[in-house]
Amino acid sequence: MTDVARVQRSSRESPRRRLLRRFSRSANVLIGASVLLFMIVLGVSAPILTSYNPEQMTAALRLRPPDAEHLFGTDDFGRDVFTRIAYGARLSLLVGVISVSIASTIGVTLGIVAGYFGGWIDALIMRLIDVMLAFPGILLALVIVSILGRSLTNVMIAVGISSIPAYARMARGTTLALKSVDYITAARAIGAPTARMMRLHILPNITAPLIIVATNGVAGAIIAGAALSFLGLGAQPPTPEWGIMLAEGRVYLRNAWWVTTFPGLAIMVTVMAINLMGDGLRDILDPRLRL
Amino acid sequence: MLRYIIRRLLQAIPTVLLVSLLVFLMLQLIPGDPAEIYLGERQNSPEQLEIVREQMGLNRPLHIQYLDYMFKVLQGDFGVSLNNRRPILDEILTRLPYTLELTLSALLISTVLGIGVGILAALRHNTIIDTGAMLLALVGISMPVYWSSLLLIVLLSVNLRLLPPIGQGSLDRLIMPALALGLLSAGSLARLVRSSMLEVLSQDYILTARSKGLPQRTVVLKHTLRNALIPIITILALTFGNLLSGAVLTETIFARLGIGRMYVEGILNKDYTLVQGTTLFVALAYVLINIVTDVLYVYVDPRIKYD
Repeated sequence: MTDVARVQRSSRESPRRRLLRRFSRSANVLIGASVLLFMIVLGVSAPILTSYNPEQMTAALRLRPPDAEHLFGTDDFGRDVFTRIAYGARLSLLVGVISVSIASTIGVTLGIVAGYFGGWIDALIMRLIDVMLAFPGILLALVIVSILGRSLTNVMIAVGISSIPAYARMARGTTLALKSVDYITAARAIGAPTARMMRLHILPNITAPLIIVATNGVAGAIIAGAALSFLGLGAQPPTPEWGIMLAEGRVYLRNAWWVTTFPGLAIMVTVMAINLMGDGLRDILDPRLRL
Repeated sequence: MLRYIIRRLLQAIPTVLLVSLLVFLMLQLIPGDPAEIYLGERQNSPEQLEIVREQMGLNRPLHIQYLDYMFKVLQGDFGVSLNNRRPILDEILTRLPYTLELTLSALLISTVLGIGVGILAALRHNTIIDTGAMLLALVGISMPVYWSSLLLIVLLSVNLRLLPPIGQGSLDRLIMPALALGLLSAGSLARLVRSSMLEVLSQDYILTARSKGLPQRTVVLKHTLRNALIPIITILALTFGNLLSGAVLTETIFARLGIGRMYVEGILNKDYTLVQGTTLFVALAYVLINIVTDVLYVYVDPRIKYD
């Protein structure tokens, strides 16, 4: 192919296709996405992959080590550990996605509004964010769960709300930077309605940083969600949730390693895949950060 | 500098007030009546409940209750626990040393490990050492502390019988929880140190230092690391906050009587005044830590102006 032809081809290529091509060349994104896809398939097709019931207790099968029949062994109640991990994948991924959806919807809206309007609206919103940031780590989520009560739904709400600051700060920063850009000034000058400005001109520019923050957010939410369940403040037994499985297996560390090892591994592999994907996406979407 | 510190403290006042208001409202938001929880099974008549409500000041208007609460907090009175009726500040102060001992040793471990691995990776950029170090850091970031704690117990206590699995009060009982907690932040710190070092290493003054023939040691320690560490100070507060909240998990697993474990038990036992008091205490402490970090940042980097 001549240089001219190559230039023609690349200029014909849509930005979306070009981005897809870059994604498919990133080893981090590919490995991360494949492992994540595997976990999603595991969760979705759990009823097909295993014939055991994740909550069915069988006293005769208590604490069986891994064998051909029970790939990851059985737990204290004779339940198949592999089955519980497969069903647990649904819950953990759901916690990740729902929490991040809550956090990003509220956070991005607050951030754009704060950055766009400035003045007292900005000051008010950012003070609220400061208050949320005064609670370190999962402390805010713990406070919210203690108010709402213990359940998996409340864990999603709690983790979601406590993650709002990261999105709000990112959206505000990007909006502030955009405000001085010529085409935004032009759009404002011709009197484009505010809501339309935010949706059409500001939001699309937030997409790239949002994808990066949200990807890492899903990983963090999975860890935090399972942590709350581990502490007894989230999903309640006998739900096949990874955090609960770890908490229940703690008692048998001495004689039944498989009860805690596999759920822990499941959390780590899932979170690592998402983090790896996040690293790859950051390299592609934000080349300034690449080193 | 003093003016900067005072200004930074003044800036924190609205945040502190809002935090205290939120924490105060917590008790109003929870399902159930604090007086009923306080009485528990001893409750035998509506009149008795009314007396306790009166004693606890729950019958007064909300803003009076808040002002009263804040007035007491300023005098160091965080209220009493609903469960054992002991002053909450006493409970916190009894357990604080265990939590501080844990978080500070974890901070030490994560700083030494994180900075060490980060420097190594940056100096061996794009080699197998760099890749390996960053893979390790990724594992560190992705490993939940409640699982790494269990793995450490299996490895060091059950299999190798080197350390006691749980408890507190001696160095051998501190090692495992501190290690589990430290590894949690070491990963992200290593990544940050590496990228910060790489950025500084590409600066012209490093090239100048090298071309002057300065030994590698001087270039790395004096010219690169010093500048690379500046952005790291900004995340020190964040790291400490993460360690504090991580202590909730490690203290529960290793049966340490710290604030974190007390907090979880408070939530599980519905001891809402204890949860409220501890939340306020930790939030205030964290706001203060953030201010200290900011001041430290300005102190270390003379390029940042106070005003």
